[in-house]
Amino acid sequence: MDLTYSPGDQAFRAEARAWLDAHVPAAPLPSLETEEGFAAHRAWEAGLAADRWSVVSWPLAYGGRDCGLVRWLVFEEEYWAAGAPGRVGQNGVNLLAPTLFDHGTEEQRARILPPMARGEVVWAQAWSEPEAGSDLASLRSRAVRADGGWLLSGQKTWSSRAAFADRAFGLFRSEPDTPKPHQGLTYLMFDLRAPGVTVRPIGRLDGKPAFAELFLDEVFVPDEDVIGEPGSGWRVAMSTAGNERGLTLRAPGRFLASADRLAALWHERGRDPYTRDRVADAVIGARAYRLFTYAAASRFLEGEPLGPESSLNKVFWSEYDIALHETALDLLGGEGEAADAGGGWGEGYVFSLAGPIYAGTNEIQRDIIAERLLGLPKGRR
Amino acid sequence: MRFLLDPEQTAFARSLDALLTAADTPAAVRSWGAGDHAAGRALWSRIADLGVFALAVPEAYEGLGPRPVEVAVAFVELGRHAVPGPSVETVAAAALLSEPRLAHLAKRFLPGVASGGTVMTLALPGGGPYVLDGDVADVELGVGVTGAGELRVAREAAGPEGGTSRVRRSLDPARRLCLPRPGGELLATGPPVVAGAAHAVRWARLATAAQALGVGLALLDRTVAYVKQRSQFGVPVGSFQAVRHRLADAKIALEFARPLVLGAALSLDPADVAAAKVAACEAAYATARTALQLHGAIGYTAEYDLSLWLTRARALRSAWGSPGECRAVVLGDGADAGFG
Repeated sequence: MDLTYSPGDQAFRAEARAWLDAHVPAAPLPSLETEEGFAAHRAWEAGLAADRWSVVSWPLAYGGRDCGLVRWLVFEEEYWAAGAPGRVGQNGVNLLAPTLFDHGTEEQRARILPPMARGEVVWAQAWSEPEAGSDLASLRSRAVRADGGWLLSGQKTWSSRAAFADRAFGLFRSEPDTPKPHQGLTYLMFDLRAPGVTVRPIGRLDGKPAFAELFLDEVFVPDEDVIGEPGSGWRVAMSTAGNERGLTLRAPGRFLASADRLAALWHERGRDPYTRDRVADAVIGARAYRLFTYAAASRFLEGEPLGPESSLNKVFWSEYDIALHETALDLLGGEGEAADAGGGWGEGYVFSLAGPIYAGTNEIQRDIIAERLLGLPKGRR
Repeated sequence: MRFLLDPEQTAFARSLDALLTAADTPAAVRSWGAGDHAAGRALWSRIADLGVFALAVPEAYEGLGPRPVEVAVAFVELGRHAVPGPSVETVAAAALLSEPRLAHLAKRFLPGVASGGTVMTLALPGGGPYVLDGDVADVELGVGVTGAGELRVAREAAGPEGGTSRVRRSLDPARRLCLPRPGGELLATGPPVVAGAAHAVRWARLATAAQALGVGLALLDRTVAYVKQRSQFGVPVGSFQAVRHRLADAKIALEFARPLVLGAALSLDPADVAAAKVAACEAAYATARTALQLHGAIGYTAEYDLSLWLTRARALRSAWGSPGECRAVVLGDGADAGFG
């Protein structure tokens, strides 16, 4: 076993670092969860894409560099260490794109992926519904057959980025009476500005419209925007659920950079004795997450699928992220109450609080770990 | 970049696991704590025959090493079976005597370590105040690093004994805590001793972290098996969410400690080793608390074998650098940060 990078990987790291040094904005962009910030982040994505840095792991044909997993991890380490902006396109890039690679048609990939890579078309998720959260399979929004496509009706909620995004993807019930709730679902993509769509932004804990409700009233979707077979949506969606929980949603580079910033802050603040152990734990946790991910990537490269292990990942990073930000705010003392405390810690803290809730709550993940990794008997949910 | 154990390393772990499973290790743990070391010494020889101690000894001195990854892999298994004896200390002594400027001492002691004939113990700055199993070891080294640094043989079974040793009870009945003996034959002085001691602390922390990980994994396995077969209210207690979620948390903590242990074995960097020690000992200790709670009263008895791992998890947390000391090393903070 080894943790050494090939000369090619090292050259790639140097190239990424040089580009980021030359291009990362001197001042942080306005918050991603505001109209102005959203537009600024789109422009940043366009700049990344111009030099093929926005989706390094994608094939060349769609705007990527055809990098393997190791180089993707290297790029993420450099990206976050450089203090580069958050990624406005991540819902599409991390969730929809892998689904298109696995289940989409060549036409869908050619049409959808390049504008996604450039930040021209930003995607939102349309999974949850008012009565279908953790129990996603019980969703009730309908897809009804129409000439040349489908008519979507119903309500989606907690759609991340939908306040300012262009399009959305999600599951709809296309067969009303099936023996099991996860049967008869279809995976569809639709336009957030299509006739019949109403987007109502929701203010998150700090009031910023980070997500939205979607009301759909006979929204027409052409057949070309169905992914996979009608009725097989659950299988299509779940085949890439591991991406959201596991390898791609949170690259270790993000936490390594945050832990470095926290350690630097702690040194600046005179090596505060009250938070010392928690700062150390943030540094240790970032290293653990990095090495855990390298091990998972190594297994993946040898052909092992990403299975329930991604549930270990998801609980770890989401709880880690909150602990790290809480430590930073505590280290700032009374100043930690300010929403803009210490340059981004406050906003990061608010964002981190959602982690244990989205992408499958941590309670759902623990059930998966208990049943599928430890082999414990099924219990009452 | 391939951060996975090789098939040979995995096979080595499996052989050691099989040997220790077949050997009635719990009985050896109990007799060791009671002062009867015959079964423990026999187990030590069998472990040595598989190459565990040879992996910590350079090839020049009849060893197979130094191979820290394989040593870490082995110590996970020693922890998994709660093997008694100063195995961490023996490996640390081998690391100390592998210091290039102490070659004459390496020739004298290391072939015996590699073969399993010599059980060694020592205390070092950055470890604790006790020499583990000082009443049993064939060789006890005395190491001072204040001032110029000096290395002595405080006790050698074959030679005249220096002082007497009083055994203090540990919270882990299988660990026998002795105060370091003063005096003894002077072996070396100066910078080689200081450098060797710093190197030895890293090996000791790595081996302790690996052992703690193994202790935690055993506690998790035993508890998962228990809650599957123990029924209350007409169903296995393992079907209750309160129980399932505690075990899931234990699994998460252990699985994120594991790569830190292996990564530290690859780098032997003081901060990496200290991070592995914190994570593995915290995970093992949290798993011990969960194991005790989910077993209920039976877990709280000395008679039930679970106690062998419960008490070991507590002891390893304190041994070779407390959680706080190791966290200081991670941050480069505190008096011994440079030493760890």
